[in-house]
Amino acid sequence: MVEYKPIKKVVSGNYAAAYAVLHARVQVVAAYPITPQTSIIEKIAEFIANGEADIQYIPVESEHSAMAACIGASATGARVFTATSAQGLALMHEMLHWAAGARLPIVMVDVNRAMAPPWSVWDDQTDSLSQRDTGWMQFYAENNQEVYDGVLMAFKVAETVNVPAMVVESAFILSHTYEIVNMIPQELVDEFLPPRKPLYSLADFENPIAVGALATPADYYEFRYKLARAHEEAKKVIKDVGREFGERFGRDYSEMIEKAYIDDADFVFMGMGSLMGTVKEAVELLRKQGYKVGYAKVRWFRPFPREELLEIAESVKGIAVLDRNFSFGQEGILFTEAKGALYNNGARPIMKNYIVGLGGRDFTVSDVKAIAEDMKKVIESGKLDREVEWYHLKR
Amino acid sequence: MEVPEDVKRRLTLPFEENFFAGHTACQGCGASLGLRYVLKAYGRKTILVIPACCSTIIAGPWPYSALNANLFHTAFETTGAVISGIEAALKALGYKVKGEDGIMVVGWAGDGGTADIGLQALSGFLERGHDALYIMYDNEAYMNTGIQRSSSTPYGAWTTNTPGGKRHFLEKRHKKKVIDIVIAHRIPYAATASVAYPEDFLRKLKKAQKIPGPSFIQLFAPCPTGWRAPTDKTIEIARLAVQTAYFPLFEYENGKYKINMPNPKKEPKPIEEFLKLQGRFKYMTKEDIEVLQKWVLEEWERLKKLAEVFG
Repeated sequence: MVEYKPIKKVVSGNYAAAYAVLHARVQVVAAYPITPQTSIIEKIAEFIANGEADIQYIPVESEHSAMAACIGASATGARVFTATSAQGLALMHEMLHWAAGARLPIVMVDVNRAMAPPWSVWDDQTDSLSQRDTGWMQFYAENNQEVYDGVLMAFKVAETVNVPAMVVESAFILSHTYEIVNMIPQELVDEFLPPRKPLYSLADFENPIAVGALATPADYYEFRYKLARAHEEAKKVIKDVGREFGERFGRDYSEMIEKAYIDDADFVFMGMGSLMGTVKEAVELLRKQGYKVGYAKVRWFRPFPREELLEIAESVKGIAVLDRNFSFGQEGILFTEAKGALYNNGARPIMKNYIVGLGGRDFTVSDVKAIAEDMKKVIESGKLDREVEWYHLKR
Repeated sequence: MEVPEDVKRRLTLPFEENFFAGHTACQGCGASLGLRYVLKAYGRKTILVIPACCSTIIAGPWPYSALNANLFHTAFETTGAVISGIEAALKALGYKVKGEDGIMVVGWAGDGGTADIGLQALSGFLERGHDALYIMYDNEAYMNTGIQRSSSTPYGAWTTNTPGGKRHFLEKRHKKKVIDIVIAHRIPYAATASVAYPEDFLRKLKKAQKIPGPSFIQLFAPCPTGWRAPTDKTIEIARLAVQTAYFPLFEYENGKYKINMPNPKKEPKPIEEFLKLQGRFKYMTKEDIEVLQKWVLEEWERLKKLAEVFG
């Protein structure tokens, strides 16, 4: 690690994102307001107004146009950012496919917010997880520091593999909650994240190109394969970039799944985002009380860390998957993904799905303890009473 | 091919060709002519954005392109937004946009992609004032999907979803005046043009390049396939659209209207002359034709008044 003095700021998750955009020297931002994302783009506008940032800022008329404008800007070679939440992300959906298909390394922050109706502005991962198959990478932040670090790393990973990346943070729990974030001096960020070298640029008039032209059945298939392969390559890039980040700045992200107490654990809690901060605290308490529990926070949902998951699954008897999301007609989305990744690999821990915190329902340390009790019974009896538990349900 | 200098001097259009043979347009396609003129006017330093429309196909499938300019294919409703993003990025990267020797960013979208699904993104682009040009090539229906009506389809037209039949189920709404919606944004430059008048179109393209800010051109581009018209009548039909005042040529520049009719003193020809060359109008009754004729003349009077008051 290089010796450096971090810039300590007490900021919200949204401001952490905005500072990362400033430090990443983003060149174009196109965005549309939506709660709880709005303070990201407000802060960026403030940076521009104060002369701190030199950014072309497009106040578009919808999120669909926000992503379309980002696509145009990124195809021209600029480093591009946007932010949204819930309905806004859903409106972007078509263009998320377009950004990935055109291999444009756009970075976006999605502030997780529940989908309506009924209206809700609170935390829920179903918005971002509904974008699972668009070809975007997804990084879930546990705290404001990870929002800041995540945006910087997302640019580096995205621009290496030419795949767009989404950094996901929780509504209000992170977006509007202030905590200390250690920021990195500009010159050190510049060393970590040099200017973008685009795969192609619409401003290159020596070599005219047509991007996105019709591909017949004889060619389309290979385009898809190349994007699939880029996601596989991204796994290595993510680990390398995460390690480099640790070596430079002291916070290591070389694991796509952050783990604790796995080796001797009977079972682990697995989940994503801010709720895993609560789980982390609860696991410490449970350990003191003699529970053999571990912790596995999935940082990158896309590409999905199958190999790391397998290592965990091989060493534990059970996995309690906490999903702050739901796929109707099935189960929690991380639960499906985790089970699917293990099926052909032999590891068969007992897996139970707990649906928690939808629409911002509070999820506390005592909830984690109650789930630990339930999971302990499942492990001891060797019997799964039910696969999916709607944990908070008023009965 | 070597062309003698004195011949070149007599040409009324630039000699340079950046739209090549091998494109896949239908015979007599008005849109492909328009695209050719755009590239004649601006040359290679052009970034074209084409949403879902006939031109997606005309430009050629991967890995081919009939255009000697950069082309970005995009989703149906996004032309206005994508050209906004390209313009912003060019500025962020330090390029000169628009003006003499500046890069031309051109949105090239059909009437459905402009008047219907792309109207919001168009409005956003115009209102925010980006230095780019949006061209709506108007063939008066969704031709690429197989001739369905758009809000730019005229009264009385047959299309595959206004098929006439026993119940006389034809298009019964008048053509949307997209240019009026554009002018409501009070942009510096908006104009109508026609493939039948290429010198006028080229002049307008040059003006759109010179004037800073967003510009818009609505280009009348007959579609023989969709209009059920002979493929050698494209120019004649387009000329009659102007001569009947069905599609008058005019400019809106910095708040002032200017009519650019080829024979300004001449009274408009009867609308039947425009209609009779096209199979799409064959189901119209005498009453239908009267309704359309009345509308055409009312709109023409309205435009003349605008040019009189704001000329």
